[in-house]
Amino acid sequence: MPTESAMAKACVQSDDATPVLLEVENLAKHFPIMRGVFRRQVGSVRAVDGVDFHIRERETLGLVGESGCGKSTAGRVILRLYDPTAGRIAFRGEDIGGVRGESLRRLRQSMQMVFQDPQDSLNPRMTVGSIVAEPLVEHGVAKGRALDDRVDELLNAVGLSARFANRYPHEFSGGQRQRIGIARALALEPEFIVCDEPIAALDVSIQAQVVNLLQDLQERLGLTYLFISHDLAMVRHIADRVAVMYLGKIVELAPSDELYREPLHPYTRALMSAAPVHDPELEAARERIILTGDVPSPADPPPGCRFSTRCPMATPECSAREPEWRELRPGHRVACHYAGDA
Amino acid sequence: MGVPLSAAPAAEAVLAVEDIQTRFHTQEGVVHAVNGIGFELGEGEVLGVVGESGSGKSVTMLSLLGLLPTPPAEIVSGSARLEGEDLMALDADRLRKVRGARVGFIFQDPMTSLNPVLTVGYQLTEPLRLHLGMDKAAARERAAQLLDLVGIPEPTSRLSDFPHQFSGGMRQRVMIAIALACSPKVLIADEPTTALDVTIQAQILDVVKRLRRELGMSIIWITHDLGVVAGLADRVMVMYGGQVVERADVKSLYARPKHPYTRGLLRTLPSPDDEDGSSGRLASIPGHPPSLLEAPASCPFAPRCEHAFDRCHRENPMLETRGEGHEVACFFDVDRGAPRAD
Ligand SMILES: Nc1ncnc2c1ncn2[C@@H]1O[C@H](COP(=O)(O)OP(=O)(O)OP(=O)(O)O)[C@@H](O)[C@H]1O
Ligand SMILES: Nc1ncnc2c1ncn2[C@@H]1O[C@H](COP(=O)(O)OP(=O)(O)OP(=O)(O)O)[C@@H](O)[C@H]1O
Ligand code: SF4
Ligand code: SF4
Ligand SMILES: [Mg+2]
Ligand SMILES: [Mg+2]
Repeated sequence: MPTESAMAKACVQSDDATPVLLEVENLAKHFPIMRGVFRRQVGSVRAVDGVDFHIRERETLGLVGESGCGKSTAGRVILRLYDPTAGRIAFRGEDIGGVRGESLRRLRQSMQMVFQDPQDSLNPRMTVGSIVAEPLVEHGVAKGRALDDRVDELLNAVGLSARFANRYPHEFSGGQRQRIGIARALALEPEFIVCDEPIAALDVSIQAQVVNLLQDLQERLGLTYLFISHDLAMVRHIADRVAVMYLGKIVELAPSDELYREPLHPYTRALMSAAPVHDPELEAARERIILTGDVPSPADPPPGCRFSTRCPMATPECSAREPEWRELRPGHRVACHYAGDA
Repeated sequence: MGVPLSAAPAAEAVLAVEDIQTRFHTQEGVVHAVNGIGFELGEGEVLGVVGESGSGKSVTMLSLLGLLPTPPAEIVSGSARLEGEDLMALDADRLRKVRGARVGFIFQDPMTSLNPVLTVGYQLTEPLRLHLGMDKAAARERAAQLLDLVGIPEPTSRLSDFPHQFSGGMRQRVMIAIALACSPKVLIADEPTTALDVTIQAQILDVVKRLRRELGMSIIWITHDLGVVAGLADRVMVMYGGQVVERADVKSLYARPKHPYTRGLLRTLPSPDDEDGSSGRLASIPGHPPSLLEAPASCPFAPRCEHAFDRCHRENPMLETRGEGHEVACFFDVDRGAPRAD
């Protein structure tokens, strides 16, 4: 039974007229590798290596892929927590790749991140109340009584009791800490949030609460999300479209239902077949596409198709030539020489 | 799966834990985090631990390993016999030796336990040199093998990197490698794979299953991922409000959950094959977890339980055997749909 939110979502999907909020073109982030006593640069980790996508207003783009493939780095470059090595990032049509100082500070008000490691956003010496209040104070949004009320409201929204506002981060369980990070990111009601594994540390019931909350806020405030997660079922639930990343590149991007129904890239297929099932009998019986071979290093990616060293369908052509980023169906793009062949 | 297990692992329990009670003294009062937890872990057994965020899973394990600062923590009672020797009665020095060598522990937050200013290689080789007396070269070689085992590309060169140069999931895998370094008798893993995508998760689970088979390692696996539990655990223990509310072998727990909380938990899962995957809201368990500021005098789940009746608000149910190897702490009989007769 389609609910209101599902219908709202269907509209977004089909509505090409909805303005694009964020667009990245050929975006790259390389980290230098320093070795030896003189710390000389001996190479670079190509964490994100030329990706293109856009996200429309009020849309949720899911980003999935193997550990270390560059998801967090992509999120951080987009929010300008790292400077891009190459490429263009446009927010509401404006190039933000080089903004600094005051304009960057203003940009931060509209773009926020829920960090994968709560440690990255929670100062251990600040109480939880002041951690959540900090962005509100810094941007002069609220003070005094209104500030306290807003902090209570935010803590409640993520299922934490406002009574604990005076506690320090270490006095919470792992899942509780993750939610403090979410409350902080929501504080300024930004337009765009990069959610980096926001629910990974939470039990399923609280996962559901947080995901419902993110969806409510999206409807109420028109938020746009980049939702990074390895939980394929949850991504399917929350995302309108999903991008699959492998070794610094996006290999497939499609509306989520279509991607799950008919994955076209061999890596996406392997990923889907490995998802755990919540049933011990099925779990013991089912078939998995097990990928063989080591994950290549992003410092030295294989030539041609980056997946060719592990792809069950690889041919000599694959390591000779990089596959094009082709639109096989409306809105469904794949980077594989053979995708779509019967 | 794999190793056959007797229904009652009691006779050859490698680890026997009894009646752990842990409290925290805080500004708001005393937090009753763990209220009388006990369990047994058989040789080569995998015990899955699931439960609500904040239900005391981490604090239970930290208590028995002597890893909580006292104060603010107070361990009111409890014993944890590892092959007959009570860990909770050991002095700090002896306990430290046990922790590195006979018990491997994977912390929930990799960044709190990895030292940011030491290379990953140093942190991996240290226990090998300390507990196994390896020389520097041998320890480095073994360390690289361990990183390789957990799927980190170019393991040898990554030994000289610092934790912040690894992705979230890689840090977790470094933690896993450190915990496995000395081939411990018992591995306690606290949400070890939350940041890992399914393919790497499958690889890690394979490594763990192999070690269990080859070394007879016993494992406690704390997770909120019911899919992982279904595929890995022999028995499952469900926690709520600092207590064990249900414990059974994995098949009967999934097929016939008896505690209302467990049943709620299993209902909240979105299914990857769900054609309806993207529509509507996720089911979550309504209400909030208990504040734990009072000693439990009634069923901790009562305020959120659809079956609660007067007795539940007066008495705290004990864990009792109901059906072979299936223990439940609840006054209600879900099979008959009525309060229990006794
Ligand atoms: N230092 C502390 N001071 C006060 N309360 C604490 C402290 N450490 C933990 N707690 C509380 O003890 C309870 C149990 O915490 P614990 O970390 O064991 O939960 P958990 O079951 O591991 O949860 P999660 O799944 O979120 O990791 C929580 O309610 C937490 O807030
Ligand atoms: N600050 C850094 N310095 C050097 N290398 C880095 C840095 N941050 C990330 N990397 C490297 O870049 C690659 C991509 O890392 P990233 O954190 O983006 O991965 P991810 O897709 O988020 O993985 P995960 O799912 O494990 O979180 C990894 O090989 C990582 O080691
Ligand atoms: S291009 Fe070749 S190697 Fe790459 S995914 Fe397609 S078939 Fe596999
Ligand atoms: S004892 Fe009562 S309140 Fe507690 S779970 Fe059972 S029925 Fe619900
Ligand atoms: Mg990441
Ligand atoms: Mg925990």
